[in-house]
Amino acid sequence: MPSLQFPLRDTPAEAPALRAELRAFLAEAGRDWPPMVPAYSWMGFDGDFSREVGKRGWIGMTWPKAYGGGERTALERYVVLEEMLAVGAPVGAHWIGDRQSGPLILRLGTEEQRREFLPRIIRGEMAFAIGLSEPDSGSDLASLRTKAEKVPGGWKVNGRKVWTSSAHRCDFMIALLRTAPAPDPKAKHQGLSQFLVDLRSSGLSIRPILDLVGQDGFNEITFDDVFVPDSMLVGQEGNGWEQATAELAFERAGPERYLSSLPLLTEALDDLRAEPAASEAVGRLLARAATLRQMSLSVAGMLQEGHTPAREAALVKDAGNDFEQALPETIRRLVDTGRTPPQVLEMLGLMTMVARSYSLRGGTREILRGIIARQLGLR
Amino acid sequence: MSDIRDMLVEQVSRLLADRSDPATLRAGEAGTWPEELWSEAEALGLPLALVPEEQGGTGLGWGDAAALWQAMGRHAAPIPLGESMTAAALLAAAGITPPTGFIALGLPGEAVAWGRRAAHLALAPGGEAALHAPTDWQQGRGPIAREPADQPVLGTPLAEGRLPAAYGPDAALLAGALLNAARIAGALEAVLDMTVDYANTRKQFGRPIGGFQAVQQLLARCAGEVAAAGVAVANAGRAADRRGLAGAEFEIAAAKIVSGEAGGTGAEIVHQVHAAIGFTDEHPLHLYTRRIWAWRDGAGPERLWARRIGDAALARGGAHLWADLTSRDEEPAA
Repeated sequence: MPSLQFPLRDTPAEAPALRAELRAFLAEAGRDWPPMVPAYSWMGFDGDFSREVGKRGWIGMTWPKAYGGGERTALERYVVLEEMLAVGAPVGAHWIGDRQSGPLILRLGTEEQRREFLPRIIRGEMAFAIGLSEPDSGSDLASLRTKAEKVPGGWKVNGRKVWTSSAHRCDFMIALLRTAPAPDPKAKHQGLSQFLVDLRSSGLSIRPILDLVGQDGFNEITFDDVFVPDSMLVGQEGNGWEQATAELAFERAGPERYLSSLPLLTEALDDLRAEPAASEAVGRLLARAATLRQMSLSVAGMLQEGHTPAREAALVKDAGNDFEQALPETIRRLVDTGRTPPQVLEMLGLMTMVARSYSLRGGTREILRGIIARQLGLR
Repeated sequence: MSDIRDMLVEQVSRLLADRSDPATLRAGEAGTWPEELWSEAEALGLPLALVPEEQGGTGLGWGDAAALWQAMGRHAAPIPLGESMTAAALLAAAGITPPTGFIALGLPGEAVAWGRRAAHLALAPGGEAALHAPTDWQQGRGPIAREPADQPVLGTPLAEGRLPAAYGPDAALLAGALLNAARIAGALEAVLDMTVDYANTRKQFGRPIGGFQAVQQLLARCAGEVAAAGVAVANAGRAADRRGLAGAEFEIAAAKIVSGEAGGTGAEIVHQVHAAIGFTDEHPLHLYTRRIWAWRDGAGPERLWARRIGDAALARGGAHLWADLTSRDEEPAA
């Protein structure tokens, strides 16, 4: 039973200069963000903001220069991500493209796909949505039923995808679709393929789903004979499950899995000085934050070396979700509602609600712990 | 340093695998000094491992020490080697030649592990270090680990010296916190392994209990805590190597807090999975978990360290929180 190892990493030598640049940019960009912005952070969508980020070379940082990328290291990219998240920047319009769609296209896409999509993702002009969950397929993702049937020149897609964040504002989705029936119920991971789907295709409709805060963050997408050209198949036909699983390692590995609620601690801290119980509680939060940061950096280092640390990422995401969900509750126990400034209370209220999504999105706590248990050798 | 560290950890792990058995642990709790184990540790030069080479030691750093202590925790090592190593390191840093044999370590407000067996005691209050030869020891034992824990009757110190500034005003407490955090992290690894083995062999309802999701979820959570404790300890050791004990106060505090919390959660889970058999004297699980509980309180419980870093963060304010967290291992931009 090999236990998971998290060797320590240092941030790169470029980090301090990069941080200074980012902090100056974010201080200016975030001057008027209402509490709603940090409360949603990477689920928030702001096309103008993402284009500004793109102009500064902070999207596709590690990708080849041939496509407009920066050929910088994964750890430099990590610094950019954590600086964005620490202030809860509304990075949703480029986050998915930068984190998983772009890397997938780069790894497995055709040269034509790379030339068409990567430069636009890098400029912050093309937003991607995730196309995994379906109404009847959540944690049991491989049971998905939206299917693509072969037709001359392409594929005809029918079915539904759901919980698709910001789909109504996105341009493309990478959809995992069934292209062949599963040979038997135990082999449902076979016969799946990934496609680039234009969200403005004819026959595709997007219905917003309000979340419990009342925001139109996510959507249901219905495919009614949507035509997807052959040129939009990503990777190998029938290899979609393996591809999507590797994509999930990227999706789960980042600092967004523990930092989602940190802006609340920053915002509330000054007003906690008068509360005697605050110092112990804040100290415990900081100890966890510093440790999770080292774990998260360690996973970023593994990605940098070309590994696919799927299990390590699952563990860090699970531990990170515990922390980012506990944070608003901890602050709630400390604030004096009579004295606390309204913007702190507003952010606390929003994060209390939004925090429920942390241990759902990108793999539920139960699924992640199942992955960890298998790694431990439990069957 | 990493090669030496790996070699040393392997050496000590082999030694402890042979010698740190339940019988020795139980005998230690009954007051029997594990002489063979101690002599073998001495033969390897371990008590002086943190003393610089020019002062007769091996010149290892705090990061190496933390890795070694974690390995000792994995075997619930029943010797006060970590204390003796720390005592020797502090004495040497203050210009006092560490005596041979076991040197006990005094921590503020705590009884001294195995004091009765020590010819010498090191104290390090307020940036000074002092070597004592206590005239007597009032014998006692720890309430949870049940290992000997004694109060010294002090005479005049044999030697006194000033610690370099990098050790700060409470070097012994910081080193003690790193020691306790490291051995909790190690012991947690051991009990997690034991519990996974148990869950895979113990059958109920016709199958191993490890096949039940309820049990899997608990152990997965435990694994997360074990990993966090290990990372926090490694980070603290690295920080102490880079910035000295005082400069690593934040990381050491974080390690003590995280390993303390992980120790509480982890011990709770491994006992729950072992159920009644793990609650018996006969089963070795408690030889580890009782030490985890005791080490949580050694060199300051989580509360003490959390208040320290919490007070510092509150004083600095929200505007500095993130910058302070990220700047610790980075050279500031020009």
